[in-house]
Amino acid sequence: MSAIQDSLRPAGVQAAQIYDLWLLMLVVCTIVFAAVFGAFVMALWRAPRATERTAPDVAAISSQEPKSLLAVSIGLIVSAVGLIALIIASVLTDRALAALPLKDGLVIEVTARQWWWDIVYDDHEPSRIFRTANELHIPVGRPVVIKLKSSDVIHSFWVPNLHGKKDLIPGHTSLIQLRADQPGVYRGQCAEFCGHQHAKMAFLVIAHEPQDFERWAQSQRQPAKEPEGELQKRGREVFLSSPCIMCHRIDGTVAQGRQAPDLTHLASRRTIAAGTLPNTRGNLGGWILDPQSTKPGVMMPPVALAAADLQALLAYLESLH
Amino acid sequence: MAAARARVPRSAPAIEADGDLHARLSRAWGREGGVAGWFSDIDHKTSGVRFIVTAFGFFVAGGILAALMRLQLSRPENTLIGPDLYNQIFTMHGTTMMFLFAVPMMLGVGVYIVPLMVGARNIAFPRMVAFAYWVFLFGGLMLYTAFFFNAGPDAGWFSYTPLAGPEFTPGKRSDFWAQLITYTEVSALLVSIALITTIFKLRAPGMTINRMPHFVWAMLVTSFVVVFAMPAVMFASTSLITDRLVGTHFFNPAEGGDALLWQHLFWFFGHPEVYLIFLPALGMISMIIGTFSRRPVFGYPGLVIAQIATGFFSFGLWVHHMFATQLPEVGKAFFTAASLLIALPTALQIFCWIATLWTGRLNFKTPLLFVLAFFVILVIGGLTGIMLGSVALDLQIHDTYFVVAHLHYVLIGGAVFPLFGAFYYWFPKITGRMLSETLGRWNFWLFFVGFNVTFFPMHNLGLQGMPRRVYTYPADMGWNVLNAIASVGAAMIAVSMLLFVVNVAVSYRRGARAGANPWSASSLEWATPSPPPPYNFAAIPVLGGREPLWEEKGIAGRVEGLDVDTPMALVTTLVDAKPDHRSIQPTPTPWPFLSAVALTMFFVGSIFSPWAVVWLSIPVTIAVTIWFWPREQETQEHLALERRP
Repeated sequence: MSAIQDSLRPAGVQAAQIYDLWLLMLVVCTIVFAAVFGAFVMALWRAPRATERTAPDVAAISSQEPKSLLAVSIGLIVSAVGLIALIIASVLTDRALAALPLKDGLVIEVTARQWWWDIVYDDHEPSRIFRTANELHIPVGRPVVIKLKSSDVIHSFWVPNLHGKKDLIPGHTSLIQLRADQPGVYRGQCAEFCGHQHAKMAFLVIAHEPQDFERWAQSQRQPAKEPEGELQKRGREVFLSSPCIMCHRIDGTVAQGRQAPDLTHLASRRTIAAGTLPNTRGNLGGWILDPQSTKPGVMMPPVALAAADLQALLAYLESLH
Repeated sequence: MAAARARVPRSAPAIEADGDLHARLSRAWGREGGVAGWFSDIDHKTSGVRFIVTAFGFFVAGGILAALMRLQLSRPENTLIGPDLYNQIFTMHGTTMMFLFAVPMMLGVGVYIVPLMVGARNIAFPRMVAFAYWVFLFGGLMLYTAFFFNAGPDAGWFSYTPLAGPEFTPGKRSDFWAQLITYTEVSALLVSIALITTIFKLRAPGMTINRMPHFVWAMLVTSFVVVFAMPAVMFASTSLITDRLVGTHFFNPAEGGDALLWQHLFWFFGHPEVYLIFLPALGMISMIIGTFSRRPVFGYPGLVIAQIATGFFSFGLWVHHMFATQLPEVGKAFFTAASLLIALPTALQIFCWIATLWTGRLNFKTPLLFVLAFFVILVIGGLTGIMLGSVALDLQIHDTYFVVAHLHYVLIGGAVFPLFGAFYYWFPKITGRMLSETLGRWNFWLFFVGFNVTFFPMHNLGLQGMPRRVYTYPADMGWNVLNAIASVGAAMIAVSMLLFVVNVAVSYRRGARAGANPWSASSLEWATPSPPPPYNFAAIPVLGGREPLWEEKGIAGRVEGLDVDTPMALVTTLVDAKPDHRSIQPTPTPWPFLSAVALTMFFVGSIFSPWAVVWLSIPVTIAVTIWFWPREQETQEHLALERRP
């Protein structure tokens, strides 16, 4: 999983704007700190030393101190000017973030659940709508409008390389617009504490060149691949006769559960368990038998399967490209 | 250690009583001995010390929880602590530090110091303050009992709904949290009212409002912030309890409630909460800088106005905790501006203090060292606060380790370092003995270095994408080294705290005798022996200036005509502190303690059944009725005293 998750390496226009604001703030704040620290050290260095026995300087009670007054006033005025400049810079950045042109935008609906991401690619033609989980593919250079919903508690959608975060709040729909400008794999993670497995509620954003994105989307629109060979067929039987179908969906079969990630194209995804494990045969097998040891508290119950059944099931699931 | 050193000379003569007067005043203001007397004590000094010691105990508990978190996060994919326990631990840490340490500690120092500083013989409403202490203690004990029975809250110290609601946190965990909030609300509100009344009505004659010491101003502003902020969270926590207990749907979107309502209510309280920890510390800094610069702090009116402005502005920032929710643009710009501009009053105070240091003569003792750390740590925390106040930048760093770094720079740099300075400063007053300077310096430097080693790397962790409140993180994120460094720093802080405890334990028995005024400071608490007698002052001083122990005729005279055989206080006017009338203060009684026991039964019972609200209100009613029942003999005595000239 060599995916980056770092706000200091922007790969989208908005992350870049925020990064610029960060640099400005960092420079201004460093100068301010240096100035205050310098004055502070100077004060300590030049002031004469005393003990408890040193007579207090009571003259300061009645006398005006024009030098101190001037210095403090200048400091205050400079601070006010600096703060107002930073407020203006912040508001301008905020406007720029909101001004992303949305023409020809791709609309995706993301619903957060404890502790994974349900993703639906919207389309005005209903047959072209498709569903996936924990992996968001987007075309480079094209704006994406993401509708954010939550079906349980408050979560927060955050891909630091592309944009800041936006909360998903039950009972509200929020929107985030972003655009990736460099192809790559970016990691995102839930950023609002959402219970037991808040730490393991990640996802990947894969930014493709537009034609690669279209190819991917086209493959995702297909129903699940029919099993080939005896082992895969038996694997499908195992799946359909197990409790898996209560929660999971494989398009083209009777499994139509919506409580858990859509598995129609499971094998095309890079990770399982919401960005927690690489999608390998061993990890998948371990996850099915004992999800609680990887992700304690996860909603998925352990599924007891005979070794042969498990092998067949894995063969089938691994065929779901 | 310091035991061998000679008694520190006093610079100003203390106001002391001779044998007979001392005995009579002690009888009037003191308490009975024995266990019953211990539970009946209503002296503000007792209540203050109890608040301070108890809050420090919770500080240690919260610190142990923090150390456990740093242990878990010291390496990636650590399995030492699982998510269920970790979530309880970080919730308990935040709740403990905010509600059981910071606020009661600051109010406790106020309860001890403010009456002495204004020249009063006790705090106003001393029984209520004693009651507030017991309520606070029982609330904290309830929370930790729940935690030890694996029912510690686990939805964060902010307890966002719907996660903390009945659907997603079944069981009693969030109920204990919500009820703890109720306890601390009651306790903090009562103390604040007592402090406001003491400051407004019990100041020594001559302490006009423009002669009040900075710490008194700070506690006054703090108390008003408590009075205005607490009702919001009182409504919020009560609504959460009723949502959970009887199925009201304040925060349930499925039934017409709103999940975001909680956040507005909580942060309308929660942001001022930060300032009511910070404001008393500002007062402590002014007192310590004045004493150890050997001059009055520069810019008295500016400092006072800055404190009031900070308290006022603190109510206009709460939305900056919610920038990642869907907000209108105009609102965001307003709260960005407010969040940045609150830096101005703090900047003004920092400039005034630097001017004081610049023109003063510096006595580099441990209290001053702790206060000087403020100028490094808080300034960094304030600057990162400006970054977080900017909506655009906040969207990236909100809820990451950057915020963890920021809040610890602000709260530890802004409040805990000055608080430790205050411990070293006022320990001689409270115990009559000096803390060891040598251990104090070790304590300071280890804390200062350990703090920065722990929290500075967290800025980077946040920028590099590490979210808060995660019990573990993958190994390939590039966060391993900085997390390990932070954990090493936490160990240094733990050692420094151990040194402090050793210092207190040793110095309490064997420290050098302090005398009335070991630092040769100027405010009134140093005008009486250390530790102060039960009646605080043998005679109430009359002030002739803002720096009473420094100025010629700073103490212009002594109040005559107060009865020495009854606890009689002199009530003065609000602005000019002119003598107004005499008032008989309450005497010791166990009923505040017993009422707190009854109230605890009521609060804990109502976690388990709504019927507890009905039946357990009976003992509460009985206890407070007995507490307030007028006694014939007392009334007669008071009437007699009124008629005597």
